[in-house]
Amino acid sequence: MSAVLDTPRADAPAVAASKPASPNQRAWARFKRNRLGYVSLWLFGVLLLLCTAAELVSNDRPLATRINGQWYFPILSNPSEKALGGDFATGTDWKDPLITDLLAKPGNLAFFPLNPHSADSLDYFDKSLPPATPSGRNFLGTDSKARDLLARLIYGFRVSVWFALALTVVGTAIGVAAGALMGYFGGKVDLLLQRAIEIWGALPELYLLIIFASIFEPSLLLLLILLSLFGWIGLSDYVRAEFLRNRGLEYVKAARALGLSNGQIIWRHVLPNSLTPVITFLPFRMGTAILALTALDFLGLGVPASVPSLGELLKLGKENLDAWWIIVSTFLLLTATMLLLTFIGDALRDAFDTRKS
Amino acid sequence: MAASLLQVDRLTVRFGSSTVVNDVSFSIAAGEKFALVGESGSGKSITALSVLRLVDAATTTGAIRFEGEDLVVKTDRQMQALRGSRIGMIFQEPMTALNPLFKIGNQIAEVLTLHDGLSKPAARARAIELLARTGIPEPDKRVDVYPHQLSGGQRQRAMIAMALACKPRLLICDEPTTALDVTVQAQILALLDELQSEMGMALLFITHDLNLVRRFTHRVGVMERGKLVEIGETAAVFGAPQHAYTRQLLASRPERVVQAVPADAPVLVQGDAVGVSFAFSQGWFGKRQFQAVKSATLQLRRGETLGIVGESGSGKTTLGMALLALQELSSGSVTLSGERIDNADRKHLRAMRKRMQVVFQDPFASLSPRMTIGQIVGEGLALHRADLNKAARDQLVLDMLDEVGLSDRHGVAGVLQRYPHEFSGGQRQRIAIARAVVLRPEVLVLDEPTSALDVSVQQQVLRLLADLQKRYGMSYVFISHDLAVVRAMSHRVMVMKNGDVVEAGESEALFAAPQQAYTRELLAAAHLG
Repeated sequence: MSAVLDTPRADAPAVAASKPASPNQRAWARFKRNRLGYVSLWLFGVLLLLCTAAELVSNDRPLATRINGQWYFPILSNPSEKALGGDFATGTDWKDPLITDLLAKPGNLAFFPLNPHSADSLDYFDKSLPPATPSGRNFLGTDSKARDLLARLIYGFRVSVWFALALTVVGTAIGVAAGALMGYFGGKVDLLLQRAIEIWGALPELYLLIIFASIFEPSLLLLLILLSLFGWIGLSDYVRAEFLRNRGLEYVKAARALGLSNGQIIWRHVLPNSLTPVITFLPFRMGTAILALTALDFLGLGVPASVPSLGELLKLGKENLDAWWIIVSTFLLLTATMLLLTFIGDALRDAFDTRKS
Repeated sequence: MAASLLQVDRLTVRFGSSTVVNDVSFSIAAGEKFALVGESGSGKSITALSVLRLVDAATTTGAIRFEGEDLVVKTDRQMQALRGSRIGMIFQEPMTALNPLFKIGNQIAEVLTLHDGLSKPAARARAIELLARTGIPEPDKRVDVYPHQLSGGQRQRAMIAMALACKPRLLICDEPTTALDVTVQAQILALLDELQSEMGMALLFITHDLNLVRRFTHRVGVMERGKLVEIGETAAVFGAPQHAYTRQLLASRPERVVQAVPADAPVLVQGDAVGVSFAFSQGWFGKRQFQAVKSATLQLRRGETLGIVGESGSGKTTLGMALLALQELSSGSVTLSGERIDNADRKHLRAMRKRMQVVFQDPFASLSPRMTIGQIVGEGLALHRADLNKAARDQLVLDMLDEVGLSDRHGVAGVLQRYPHEFSGGQRQRIAIARAVVLRPEVLVLDEPTSALDVSVQQQVLRLLADLQKRYGMSYVFISHDLAVVRAMSHRVMVMKNGDVVEAGESEALFAAPQQAYTRELLAAAHLG
């Protein structure tokens, strides 16, 4: 036999001296390798940023203006027309020909946002009849109430996304807490909570929403509370299963043997190792929450009419099918959002899948 | 070599850029028992699987000839016809190798109808015959049960029946007894031996169990990191190993490393009639009690090691957990230095945990994957040594890791910031030991601490444990199914079976002259009698 002698293997192969990566850092590296998911996350981030700063992107007042040598920042406080040399003591309407003429004079200038309309501002000097087709004045046209569609979309998107974020955070927090309690303690706690959840989950959510919408003034906070009351149930099952699995593992027994309290064991040992389903579900929960709010608004059970919303735009689009731009642009925005969230979710799921190395 | 049944020539298997099997050549004659031994990662299983072309996503070069035919040029379909008919295979874990959704008989009959073209009733009759031949009682009834309804040994017998269905010329056995208890192991090996001589087939064993190789095979090949480093007659290789690695493997059989305990050493842990039972719900309201530990009485003196041996289900681990108050007792009591711990109040017990620690079997499950080594080892200190500041605790952790062989001077840089996944099984077990010993406990329960490790690593860990015991005067409760390891480590030994303490006594006396039939049976199965 070939007598190629190797040095006897030691138990301790030298560990590479590179910087150690935590499991989360490695998951992030795997996520980044998924181009589609990574680009989607960036796009969604940009969209979130743009709509959060909606006032800077879409507003009927200029960001800054210099008139007759004096600087104004109408976006912060709108000067009265009188102050600019007009007749009224009310806030300036920047589409008024008097003002546009004034701005056209040499030495005067104004910086308008990219879309010079706000969600509920009306253009009294637009000659076309609402709903107006897309044009240079209204990039995506107007809705049937003469409001700029692009501005409605931006502000409606902001409401939807932030509502969905809040709903996701609250629902996830409740779901993780309930799942952790059931899974970690098991036994009677688990039995009782499970039965309670079954009863709670059997309540007809939609009817409750309708009833509450007729008793109380509909508001985002009310919707958030009502939807949060039911939105955590599905997640708690997954977290419970993870806790049931992890609490039996030896590192948890070792932690008990060290003398850690239940709270410390849950917080430091079991919870960080049970978050994979929570994280991978986050984008999907966001998407579901956005669609839930849209559906409720579409049915008229959602936010009050004064709040711009994607659901309300869909309803307007349905009522004005000849104004195709309303329904098409709303539909495209919703679809794009859902696609981005799905791509992010897929990439997250792959990144946290321990079977893939 | 002319009449070789299987001839493997310069086999090389690569996964991507890593070479798993490197230029391996061997041959097996008809009716010969050949073994490939090596530690995990040595490439022994991949070598065997490559013969059957069962390795996915690998590039294989070299020649494989079986009964004079070249297997490399065969189509996948031809290979499929060969597998299960002329070359059979049995696996380590019979529960996962059998389909849990199909009845045993149907799984065996499937092979017969597929390869031999038997009719269904004929295949069933043959399946019953085979089950009877492999020693399964009541084969005509067992033919209609599902895998989970059989015991581990019976499942392995059913697997063998399935592999033998078409009278293969070569049977590949991939760690066929590793998952089984020692007494069952002996039975399965006896069965394989009997069948082999009866049917005249050749056996290819893949194993890490040197005892098995020595007692059972004609020839042996030793593999290390993908290379076949030594091959020859078993007696010759074991008698006069040529290669350094073979010598290291053979030398890594546990040797006795026990320090005498002074006769006046105080009793540290006292268990009186300890009983543990689990309740199962049965039907809607019914409850069934399962008595895992019936009535165990034991004493552990300072600096002493008490070995607890037994097969799976004997209650040895449950007893160990009960001694640590990690498991509620149903009867009896446990005291630590005279203080009751089984019914101590929670806060007091948590403070006492500093004095009693545990090391578990599975080094991959016993460290939280999301914490750094510094956090894992330092966690207990942060809790029990609040008098120290962070820097002092870190220093203690570093010193401890250095003691267990994980520090800069051992070639492991920046150990505190690393995560468990960067370490090998043996290193992880050292981390688990460091986590326990850094608290300077008086009692350390070791629950199969070396069972998941390769033999050479096993010996290093045992030596480390012995050193630590000497240095800190700890008492060990050493739980294991491996009699050789227990014998090497223990002052006194308790033998358990089905929750009962069968026999207890001084280690050497017990191994030399076992009093109970069960103990004798265990020792005979482990070839230690």
